[in-house]
Amino acid sequence: MGILHIIGGAVSILGALFLLLASIGLIRMPDVYNRMQTGTKATTFGTIMFLGGIGIATPSMATKLIILVLFIVLTNPVSSHVLARAAHFAGVPLADRSVTDKLAEHRAKEGVQ
Amino acid sequence: MGIKNFILSVLILFGTWLLLGGTFRSDVLIVGGALAVLITLLFVRQPKALTTLKVRPYALLMLFVYFWVFLFELLKSNLDVALRVVSPRLNINPGIVMVKTKLKSPMGRLLLANSITLTPGTLTVEIQDDHLFIHWIDVSSTDVDAASEKIVKGFEKYLEVFYG
Amino acid sequence: MGDLLFLIAGSIAILAGLLGLIRFVVGPTLPDRVVAFDVLTIITISVISLIAHVAGRIIYLDAAIVYGLLSFLGVIVVARYLERGL
Repeated sequence: MGILHIIGGAVSILGALFLLLASIGLIRMPDVYNRMQTGTKATTFGTIMFLGGIGIATPSMATKLIILVLFIVLTNPVSSHVLARAAHFAGVPLADRSVTDKLAEHRAKEGVQ
Repeated sequence: MGIKNFILSVLILFGTWLLLGGTFRSDVLIVGGALAVLITLLFVRQPKALTTLKVRPYALLMLFVYFWVFLFELLKSNLDVALRVVSPRLNINPGIVMVKTKLKSPMGRLLLANSITLTPGTLTVEIQDDHLFIHWIDVSSTDVDAASEKIVKGFEKYLEVFYG
Repeated sequence: MGDLLFLIAGSIAILAGLLGLIRFVVGPTLPDRVVAFDVLTIITISVISLIAHVAGRIIYLDAAIVYGLLSFLGVIVVARYLERGL
């Protein structure tokens, strides 16, 4: 209680702000790949901070929160990579302002979709 | 499966059990230890994450350094993304580029792809052998070698030490 | 004081969830919706942990862990469906 509680609350607010930024990015970005960029990075860091703040405030929960954070850090990039690959495979176009698409060129060259 | 991998696997499972349980009561410890050995005997056949890991003092030191480098890159990428999202003109210049890696083992490539996804402005879309296709939010060079230099090199020098 | 800070953090997280929901409803393609779903899951895990802290019940964290596992599987299944059908 006391000072630890206040520090934990402040860290949690910082994490929540990153979660908010991820959502704003989700709305503002022009195509699915850019949305994934903000959706993966900002949420991973935001959750680490948010759960870290809770762990500082209640040390008895810290062990399970560590498991949760490890799980999120390991799975979040994997799921976004798999989803990006599936989206590209399904032919979701890149935004108009994109500069280059080497993967589409590579696929066209090899004669796969 | 060698004795080294067996011990490592049991230790990882037991550590997870301890973190989930959160107590050190003797009955909890005994059940957890028995389960860890049982699961390793029944289900762990080819633990690629362990068989290709090099357990040497220098490699473990590099693993530790890599962890902190990774955390710092994660922080940097978040500030980077935050600045891009809140800037009114939406300061992006996206595209998919191709890079090459010299890592051979599947675990090394997996960790490299995950690290790239969590670092500033890059997202791994596809891996084919030693070519990685990366969505870059601010493309500064479409050349393979120049892009590899910028994206891959920073992690490769750590990863090649503990996963060849 | 500390409780007030956690209240603010929870409010910001729920606001983030509402914004993510907009993309989930609007999203022109299926991958857009799945990305929004992924972000919503992460926010939900954070809020469940916050509720566990406020209510003082560690057992709620197990719900958060299982929810994370299930949503990871869900995203993988949808991606597989997009690539070559189930």
